[in-house]
Amino acid sequence: MTATTGPVLVLGAASDMGRAIARRYAEAGRALILAARSPERLEADAADLRLRWNTNVRLAAFDALDTADHGAFLDRLGVLPDTVVCVVGLLGDQGESERDFAAARLVLDSNLTGPASILGEIATRMEARGSGTIIGVSSVAGERGRASNYVYGAAKAGLTAFLSGLRNRLSKAGVSVITVKPGFVRTRMTEGMALPGLLTADPDEVARAVLAAQAKGRDVIYVRPVWRLIMLIIRLLPETVFKRTKL
Amino acid sequence: MKLSGWGRFPRVESRLALARTQDDAVRAVTGGRTLIARGNGRAYGDAAVNPHATVSMLGMGRMLAFDPADGALTCEAGVLLKDILDVFVPRGWFPPVTPGTKMVTVGGMIAADVHGKNHHIAGSFGDHVLSLDLLLADGRVVTCGPDRDPELFAATRGGMGLTGVILRATFRLIPVETGYIRQETLRAENLDVIMAMFEESADWTYSVAWIDCLARGPRMGRSLLFRGEHARVDELPVPVRSAPLDVRLRHARTIPLDFPAFALNHWSVGAFNELYWRMGTPRETLIDYDRFFYPLDSLLEWNRIYGRPGFTQYQCVLPASVSAAGLRALLTAIGSAGNASFLAVLKLFGRQDGVMSFPMEGYTLALDFPASSATFGLLLDLDAIVADHGGRLYLAKDARMGAGLLRRGYPALDGFQALRAARGLDRVFRSVQSERLAI
Repeated sequence: MTATTGPVLVLGAASDMGRAIARRYAEAGRALILAARSPERLEADAADLRLRWNTNVRLAAFDALDTADHGAFLDRLGVLPDTVVCVVGLLGDQGESERDFAAARLVLDSNLTGPASILGEIATRMEARGSGTIIGVSSVAGERGRASNYVYGAAKAGLTAFLSGLRNRLSKAGVSVITVKPGFVRTRMTEGMALPGLLTADPDEVARAVLAAQAKGRDVIYVRPVWRLIMLIIRLLPETVFKRTKL
Repeated sequence: MKLSGWGRFPRVESRLALARTQDDAVRAVTGGRTLIARGNGRAYGDAAVNPHATVSMLGMGRMLAFDPADGALTCEAGVLLKDILDVFVPRGWFPPVTPGTKMVTVGGMIAADVHGKNHHIAGSFGDHVLSLDLLLADGRVVTCGPDRDPELFAATRGGMGLTGVILRATFRLIPVETGYIRQETLRAENLDVIMAMFEESADWTYSVAWIDCLARGPRMGRSLLFRGEHARVDELPVPVRSAPLDVRLRHARTIPLDFPAFALNHWSVGAFNELYWRMGTPRETLIDYDRFFYPLDSLLEWNRIYGRPGFTQYQCVLPASVSAAGLRALLTAIGSAGNASFLAVLKLFGRQDGVMSFPMEGYTLALDFPASSATFGLLLDLDAIVADHGGRLYLAKDARMGAGLLRRGYPALDGFQALRAARGLDRVFRSVQSERLAI
């Protein structure tokens, strides 16, 4: 059922997680299409992947926010990839999102509307073909809205639900959908934040988890298993208690 | 966060930033603070630490181009030597010069102008660099090399990052038929014998000796000499000949915890040395490149065997004409101090021209000691012997020498300083080491 030989499309390939995921797929011998807003910035990464792994790498311009172009973007690729990994996202600044709805909208669009548009289009095409894997990187932040980042959390909650629905819809069509919840990851997005070591993964750890999840046919994964327990507890806290916490 | 070199001494609170792209590095350089670039942190002391800003180049780890016609590889400064070996040995290429660990970056190898077991034949790593891109204090990036701004290039080789941030480099790999080394082991009863053996081994591509620093009297300087050549396909056993470049690498083990500080002492090291000497029966063997060049890399975090206080490496070189007397004086001082050096390595360097490059024609001795007050007392005695004989210490290993010894050992230092000042590099590129040594 899971295609493991055809090309892999990485959406958001300029991010730390996108780069790490591309590397691991190249190592596994998969051809790659790296999609990012400014693909010329990925020339060096593409050269590196070709040199190290003798793999076929293409670059493609992709703007998650330009939803009107998403169908055409897929047409331009000329090939429907076997595997699509969506790492598109924007943490944003919660305070700014509270003051200015335009900032909040950008967070919602980057994490939910954009990914929903492109993944929805890909899902329909994969459904017609009868094969494929869609891997969406969501977040533990989507499991319960917290004062510190609920706009981002709301968008990720939406993405998690969207991926869950896609999985449900496509389960009989030969298309797999995997939801990845990384927890804290050391990336440019979190640089300068004090992150607890035992709960924080490196981008490469996320990449290995993604490939392992695909190989094992998993549905939902937490990159570090401890997060499953943490989020269970956070979800189980009664609202009367939860609303007074500082998380 | 606390940063240190591989010796875990000293540890300095500093700000570490990761450069993923050239733009990141430019931002760090023009940020109004002094800084130093850092590779994989394998310099032993404080060379790649700056409390204000230390820029990790590990995010710039991309290989960019390779020309199979002449073996020229272009890559970013943060590429690990291990990655180069993993990718290129199976294709029949080998680094022209390699230090005793593969866990170093290309930028670090140039900044320390590292040498290997083939120094007497191949020179140092910088001798094989065709060009490099250097980020200067004002945010400009310039390309330099042996025939393009050669003064800046010469100062950058061995310049410990004090002339700018090395962003990319092009250097030539050498072709090999196999991933194996034909190794000969020879036993030398004392210092005179090992020195004669080195001189007789001038035609061998690789040569290095383990020396027993605790042996005294007529056995002082007893050593095992290892010399090697890249094996040809017809020298391999028949079953291996069909895949001569396919070397199965060992899985690295991690030292699970810090050893207690007393684990390595005069007696345990003495016992080890005796055993090692006895096991070093003269023989010829065929071993894979990993075992020959990187025996310690299979023990990840081996620096923890010295426990929490950390350790310090001491590597000096003495001019050829006075090497015999100088080595005798060093070994006498070490033997009578009773400090245990677990790893002691002797090697004969060939000729080397350079500004801040460490090698010079003569013998180099590398030792490591636990960081302790007794050690630092002994090292001061060794400093005096090195200075008296016109030798010098290796900056990539140093964590504690004084500015006077540096000045005596590196006569081109004034020129190096003048170049840094003239180009405005001295205001920005500084490390704990450069401050200590008043560079």
